[in-house]
Amino acid sequence: MQFKDEFRNSGLVRRVLEEIARVVTHDWVIMEICGGQTHALLHSGLDELLPPQIELVHGPGCPVCVTSLELIDKALAIASLPGVIFTSYGDMLRVPGSERDLFSVRAAGGQIRVVYSPLDAVRIAQENPDKQVVFFAIGFETTAPANATSVLQAKALGLKNYSVLVSQVCVPPAMHVILNSPGNRVQGFLAAGHVCAVMGYWEYLPIAQRYQVPITVTGFEPLDLVQGVLMTVQQLEKGTCEVQNAYPRVVTQQGNLAAQAIIQRVYQPCDRNWRGIGLIPQSGWGLRPEWQEYDAEYRFPVGHLRTQESPLCIAGQILQGLKKPTDCHAFGNQCTPTNPLGATMVSSEGTCAAYYRYGRD
Amino acid sequence: MCLGVPGKIIEIYDGSGLRMCKVDFGGVVREACIETLPDAKVGDYTIIHAGFALNILSEAEAQESLAALRELTAVEEELGMNHSNDPSGSQEG
Amino acid sequence: MLPTIVMEETDKSMEKNQKTPFMQGPFCPIPLRHNDQILIGHGSGGQMTQELIRQVFLPSFASDPLLLGNDFANLNLPENIGSQGHLIVSTDAHIVTPLFFPGGDIGRLAVCGTVNDVSMSGAIPLYLTAGFILEEGLPIETLSRVVHSMKVASEEAGVQIVAGDTKVVEKGKADGLFITTTGVGWLQEGFQIGGEQARPGDTVLISGSVGQHGIAVLAARGELGFETDLQSDTAPLNHLIQEILKAAPHTRVLRDPTRGGLATTLNEIATQSNVSIQINEEDVPVLPAVRVACEMLGFDPFYIANEGKVIVITPPEEADAAIMAMRNNVLGNQAAQIGTVFPHPQARVLLHTPIGGTRILDVLAGELLPRIC
Repeated sequence: MQFKDEFRNSGLVRRVLEEIARVVTHDWVIMEICGGQTHALLHSGLDELLPPQIELVHGPGCPVCVTSLELIDKALAIASLPGVIFTSYGDMLRVPGSERDLFSVRAAGGQIRVVYSPLDAVRIAQENPDKQVVFFAIGFETTAPANATSVLQAKALGLKNYSVLVSQVCVPPAMHVILNSPGNRVQGFLAAGHVCAVMGYWEYLPIAQRYQVPITVTGFEPLDLVQGVLMTVQQLEKGTCEVQNAYPRVVTQQGNLAAQAIIQRVYQPCDRNWRGIGLIPQSGWGLRPEWQEYDAEYRFPVGHLRTQESPLCIAGQILQGLKKPTDCHAFGNQCTPTNPLGATMVSSEGTCAAYYRYGRD
Repeated sequence: MCLGVPGKIIEIYDGSGLRMCKVDFGGVVREACIETLPDAKVGDYTIIHAGFALNILSEAEAQESLAALRELTAVEEELGMNHSNDPSGSQEG
Repeated sequence: MLPTIVMEETDKSMEKNQKTPFMQGPFCPIPLRHNDQILIGHGSGGQMTQELIRQVFLPSFASDPLLLGNDFANLNLPENIGSQGHLIVSTDAHIVTPLFFPGGDIGRLAVCGTVNDVSMSGAIPLYLTAGFILEEGLPIETLSRVVHSMKVASEEAGVQIVAGDTKVVEKGKADGLFITTTGVGWLQEGFQIGGEQARPGDTVLISGSVGQHGIAVLAARGELGFETDLQSDTAPLNHLIQEILKAAPHTRVLRDPTRGGLATTLNEIATQSNVSIQINEEDVPVLPAVRVACEMLGFDPFYIANEGKVIVITPPEEADAAIMAMRNNVLGNQAAQIGTVFPHPQARVLLHTPIGGTRILDVLAGELLPRIC
């Protein structure tokens, strides 16, 4: 078993799609909150193969897209400082701040490096003792163990030139906001499989209960996605609101305890500003006070930054599933992947970029 | 950002005090950190995301999921046992 | 251009001042014999340049025009070429880093890249020029390896390097070396091949698997930390193309999917020809290692550069013959039919996914993998 091709079996995917079409009798709105799932659905063309009664809405699951504009501007300011090597996951390079992005900072002479893993950033710090290395620690719960371990490792190695700019966000608080929103139409959720691999899915039980919505923990291969949709639709048709696991080969209810322990050593809950949505209390993680010396916001006070979003950008409404990219007047006109007005057009997992790239219009 | 990708642990070692491993993704080998998997062994499959392991993959659960879907949809394909039927892409190497 | 002036004045002054080392001034001091690095003086046009050309370039690029030592190459068209035809010219700059990668190096890339560009017209490539910008401090041994590799590649392709130039820039200004090549070829009368020639109903073929070159270079760079046995597919395609044209003389389009990959190149063709193209994802060959590397890094193999593959668009009745011709050649043994051309007002490239869905393959936006060719 390779755990990959088996879950891409086209014949079985088509059979499951037929089964969904067979059981669905009402219109349903289902949301996924995972940039990777948005991408996978559109990449495989699955979103267009679901029966017309099912409307798939893409929530704020792209950590690049929801990182606050103020934090992006801080990142750009820090990256522009002489003597700083700014490291980040690849997608952050093109995210527009108020006035520019990391690519243009690099063109102006800033040292920016893409890393695949936060441990690569720690290695860069070891190899460049005369420079300050800053890692842009963004992500949902999936990247939290990795980002946190980099801080632990920097301490273990006695590095004084490594710090992290933290933008960790958590899924459950966002779900509360969406479900509490007056215009909410979402009736069921696909929970992000890899977030749940780390955190488990016990956090979703009270959400399902309180808002009476079925939630299915879902993976990323075509077969995982259709299975997630099928199980959600089955519950919607039955009127049940349980949390079910359609990704049991990776996810358990309690999650990965060792990973959670790493997170808790380094991080504590904090309020976070979600770009396009606003402040969601206790919706993210920040460094615990004892790790403050590794906090780039503390090490590089860059002062009050005036942030300026494009007035044309409706990313916030798209992130909450209230609007689609095709509802935006700027979509495909003033706002394209080469000239993005907001974060959802920049990240390849962002809804607008995905719609544009995969031609949904 | 990259998706998590499944791979097989082929070597486990200490890397500057961290529990590290080499993962074979099928033609590509990369180092990954398994501080998150204190019980992982060589031969286990795991999902790697940003150079870190998320969890160990359970073959039993995978087989069960596939069996359940096949039963549900009354499909008679043989999955993972007959590669010549693999429709997931032209394979070369 | 090749210099022919010898700075005799300088030599005499050196003899006079034997006891006092000649350190500064408008002329580069002639270095000690055991220099193993490129120095600024190598680009001066003087004795050091001469020596570099004699010792490093001429042994590999021993064509008659070069040996003659003029600033120009006086060339003949080979006798067996018909008198009715067209001159085809192409030029390319190569800035790949690292200079050496599995399956190739910047020299091989330079020769094959330009040979292939000329060949995409249906022409037989004949002659190349090569301009080098060398960084001060580049080990001469590295340059020799690159030059030797260019000799091997040009022999494979059957072309001659007939003119060249060398300049040196200060340390830090050139990442080792940059190469610019220009190629000249002869296109027999009777061929109408170009990106604007695709017509609805035509078949789209590819000579082999995609994404190898970009991933091999990325792995060689070591920044993303993965190991693989993948090799770049850099190769001269002119012989393969001539075989394709013999079997499928009404071939409409030939193009190698280099920067931007298969997707970008198909979009260029669709736009030029004002048609749309549909591709079956399952039919495009991709090596498992390329697929996996792309998944890990979040890339799409259809956007990764290739340096030894050609897209062939033929009328439907000639598709089978073209594929047979490709598969009979080692460079085309994984050739496959991947799609068709159809009329559509928006000049799109559509991909049918294995599960029966569709997505649009747009052009690459922005930088994907920098400095890979």
